[in-house]
This record gives sequence, structure tokens and C-alpha cells, in this order.
Amino acid sequence: MSTTRSRLAPWLFVSPGLVLLIVFSFVPIVAAVVLSFQQVAVFGQGTWVGGGNYAQMAGDPLFWTSIGNTAVFTIGTVPTSMAIGLLLAVLLNRAMPGRALIRALFFLPMVAAGVVVAVIMAWIFNGDYGVLNNLLAALGLPRVPWLTSPDVAMLTFVLAVVWTRIGFCMVIYLGALQAVPPELVEAMTVDGAGRWTRFRRLIWPLLRPTTFVLLVVNVVFSLQVFDIVYVLTGGGPGFATTVLIQYIFRTAFTNGEMGYASAIGVVFALILLGFTALQWRANRRAEEVA
Amino acid sequence: MTSLVHDTRPALEAPAAAPAARRSRMTPGRWVVWALLVGGALVMAFPVYWILVTALTPGGQSRSGEFYLWPSEPTLANFAEAFASQPVGRWIVNSIVIAGIGTAITVIVALMAGYAFAKFSFRGRGVLFGAFLVTIVVPAQVTLVPSFLVVVDLHLVDTIWAVILPRAGDAIAVFIARQFMLKIPDALLEAARIDGAGELAIFRRIVLPMSGPLVGVLVILAFMGKWNDFLWPLVTLQGTENLTLAVALSSMQSSGIFDNPWGPIMAIAFLSLLPLLVVFLVFQRTFVQGIASTGLK
Repeated sequence: MSTTRSRLAPWLFVSPGLVLLIVFSFVPIVAAVVLSFQQVAVFGQGTWVGGGNYAQMAGDPLFWTSIGNTAVFTIGTVPTSMAIGLLLAVLLNRAMPGRALIRALFFLPMVAAGVVVAVIMAWIFNGDYGVLNNLLAALGLPRVPWLTSPDVAMLTFVLAVVWTRIGFCMVIYLGALQAVPPELVEAMTVDGAGRWTRFRRLIWPLLRPTTFVLLVVNVVFSLQVFDIVYVLTGGGPGFATTVLIQYIFRTAFTNGEMGYASAIGVVFALILLGFTALQWRANRRAEEVA
Repeated sequence: MTSLVHDTRPALEAPAAAPAARRSRMTPGRWVVWALLVGGALVMAFPVYWILVTALTPGGQSRSGEFYLWPSEPTLANFAEAFASQPVGRWIVNSIVIAGIGTAITVIVALMAGYAFAKFSFRGRGVLFGAFLVTIVVPAQVTLVPSFLVVVDLHLVDTIWAVILPRAGDAIAVFIARQFMLKIPDALLEAARIDGAGELAIFRRIVLPMSGPLVGVLVILAFMGKWNDFLWPLVTLQGTENLTLAVALSSMQSSGIFDNPWGPIMAIAFLSLLPLLVVFLVFQRTFVQGIASTGLK
């Protein structure tokens, strides 16, 4: 009896999670691939169009615009957030008055929902009444069209997101820095190595795995961005800040092209998977060399 | 990502015995760095401060184009206007119900599944666990359309369950729970089995009481994710009365419902931010550990 029981028990415990994941993850993942070969309206039956959706994508300028915007956004946010986060972690790893409070303030933006970040940034960067332009005007400088100029809007979008990421990168780097063996640092100091040499020769190589994980996580975050841009700029002006997820959303729920939206989703998943695989391989090779 | 779990715990604290701290003297150069850091921290905190200030600023001053850092006549009129003209109370209740029920389901499901993966060996365990992890790699946005069609088929659109159920099974939470429960000694469970305790009783009386810190991390992570969630409730909720705070907030700028929109919008934004701000201040350590442990929001 005991054996029967212990054979059933794990299934009892795993089944609620399994049912939820089957219905709301596995089925939709398979369905996404199936739908990507169909033409579907929201409440209608699909008709097979073969690779039609994928062919449409290749010739869809808005699709390529959103890919390009997503790439620019990712390149704009990831290195910036990681570099500032690392710098802060190194500086805040030393004792100083009010250190815990300073760290907490840098981390604070992580708490805010994307929508809250977006509305406050939309207000701060507001062209006519925003506090930033009011400050510029008070200093006798011209007001900047932060959100209404296609050239500046992407920069504003990047700034808003970097604001939320810095604290995250800082906290992860701080954790890694505290795992650096103090004896090694002491030994290098005794040998006369300066702060910069210690960082370059000892600390930076030890931070490698952390940097790698942060890079992957940050890129995945950036590729998936939606909330902030949807509310901050709505993808505009024009399509200057339209990113991939937003284009999927628009295709599915504004234009009602469910099949085409699924196909873009599948391509997006492949980009993500491809990127992650590339990263792991590059990292493994680098570790073999090292 | 697992390697991030254990070593970030002390990140926001000030460990007195940190090696660097022993040698540190605040030289003039360090005071300059310190001043720059304080300045940077204030800039980082400014947008959060500005939400509160704008919520307390009369509409006239918000639209003056003048530079100010504190309203000349602070007022609660923006809160009053928001509540009077919009179903803000309903949105708050919806957000609390959706995040509350959703968190409860997610955490219980994750604890159970994590326990099964950590403490039982059964046929197909490896494959099943792998399948769970796959759902982490495939982001929810990719399955946006088919997930929505599933919700349509189940006739859940515009109900709280449309938001709660598809987000209830969280493989990351299962993963965190499993990692934690691996550390529970098998001997303890075996002893209880020999004493004739049922499997559910063992789970409730032995495993759960030992999982306090785990539950803390899971609850904070799940609640924050669900409270802040946007894309999914945006897709599945439709009636104005049924929206969550986040979704309602997203459309206000352009809706033209307020004469001077920024005050009331920031009042609502402040109410949306407040619960997480309190959680952050009270449970700072668990909070940071939780975010660090998964590397995600």
C-alpha cells in the first residue's frame, strides 16, 4: 500500500501546476505555430495559407521598422544600464555614510510598474508643461521635443527604461562583488597594484559569469519591452518607437490579423532562442580559452 | 540564473565587516565621489517624488510652464477629482482581488509542484521538469494570440479569471520552490512516513513550516508581477468597471476625461505605486533577494 501511495503522491502534488501549464502554456505554444500558417479572425475558423504569413512578413516595411527599433532600443539600453550598474556597485561596495539609503534609492525604480514608469516619464518629458523643459526654460535653454520629435523620442524611451534597470544591475553586481575573496584583493594591494589594475586584472575577470547572466537577462528584457513604450509614446511619433511586441499587439488586436500576429510571435521566439543559444556558446568558448 | 540566488542577499545591507570597509577612510576624494553618488541617488528618486508632488499640485500650477519643486498650495483635490469622476475604487478592488487570488494560487501550486520535483523520484520527472522550464524560455508575449483564443473558448473574457488563470502556473516559481526544498532532509520525511503520516499531512505539517523564507520570496515576486502586469489584462479585460489600476492608468493621458489631467493621473499612479513601495520598504531584503533570484520583474 505504501508503494502505491508513494507512486501516486508526486502526481498529486504536480498535477495542479501541470494542468495550468498544459492549458495556458503548452497548448498555446503549439497553437501559435499552427496559427502562424493560417488566416484567422478572432471568432472565426482559420483557413490554411501555408507560408503566406511568413512571406507577408518579409515584404512588410512596418515589421522591419519594428525589428530595427527593437534592435536600436536594445543596444541603447543594455550596455548603458550594465555599465552604470557596475560603476555604482563598485563605488557603493565601500563603506560610506548613508550607504544603505543610497543603494535603496538607486534600486527604488525597480518597484514601479511599467505603466507607472511610463505615465511619470510622459509627464516629466512633456514638451509644454513637463518639469524638465520647465527647468531648461528657467535656465534660458530651449525646450526639447522629448516625445514629439521622431529623432528624440527613441532617446527618451531609452532613458526611461535605463532608469528602471540601473538598480537591478547594481544589486546583482554588488552580490557578485561581495563574493570576491578579500585575500586576493589584499595580496594585489600588497604587491603595489592600484585600484584600476586590481579591477582590470582581478575583479572584472571574476565578474565574468555575472556579466554574462546580466547580459542575457537584460537583452531578453529589452527585446520584450512593451508596457513603457505603449503608454509613453504609443510607438510614435509615426512609427519611430514601435517595437516588436507592440507590433504583434497591434496586428492582433487593432488589425484583427490573428494568424499574421502569431507568425510574428513565432519569429520573435526564434530570435530570442537564437540569441540565448549564441550567448551560451560564446560564453562556453570564452571559458575554455580562459 | 541560479547562481544569482544565494549571493545577493546582503546586497542592500551594510555589512559592518566587509573587507573594504575596514580599510576605508573618507578622504576628500571619497567625499567628492560620495556627493556625486548622493546626487545620482536623488536624480533616480526624483520621478517617484514627482508622482507625489504632481498628485498634490493644483491643476493651474501643473499647467503653468513654471519650474517648481513643491506646490505653492498643496491640495488633495486631485485625489477627490479622480475618485469622483472615475471608478477608481473599483479598479483598486479589482487589482487587489486579481493580484491577491492570483498570488495565492501561484504560490500554492508552485510549492506543491516544487515539492514533487525536489522530494520524489517518479517516472518522467526529468522530462516533466524540462517541459516546465521550457515555458520560462518561451515568453508569454509569443503566445499572446493563442492564449487569448483559449480564454475566449473558455468564455472567460472580461472576468477576473481571464487574468488570473493563464498566469497562475508559474514555472519560475516552481523552479525556485524546488531549489529551496532540495535542502529539506529526506530523513525527516521518511520518519513521518514510518509514523504513518499521510502525504498531505507531511506536506502541511513538515514541509510548509520549514519553507517560511521561500514563501516570503514567492509571495512578493508573484504579487509584484501580478499587481504590475499590463499586457495580459489589457488584452482580456474590456469593461471600464472591470479594469485593473495599471490598465486604467494606461489610457488616461489621451482620454480627455480630466480638464487638467496630470494631477488626477498622478494621484492614481501614486495609489498604484503605494502598496509595492510599502512592501519594498518593509521587506527590502526579501524583495531584493527575490528579484535577484530570478533576474526578472
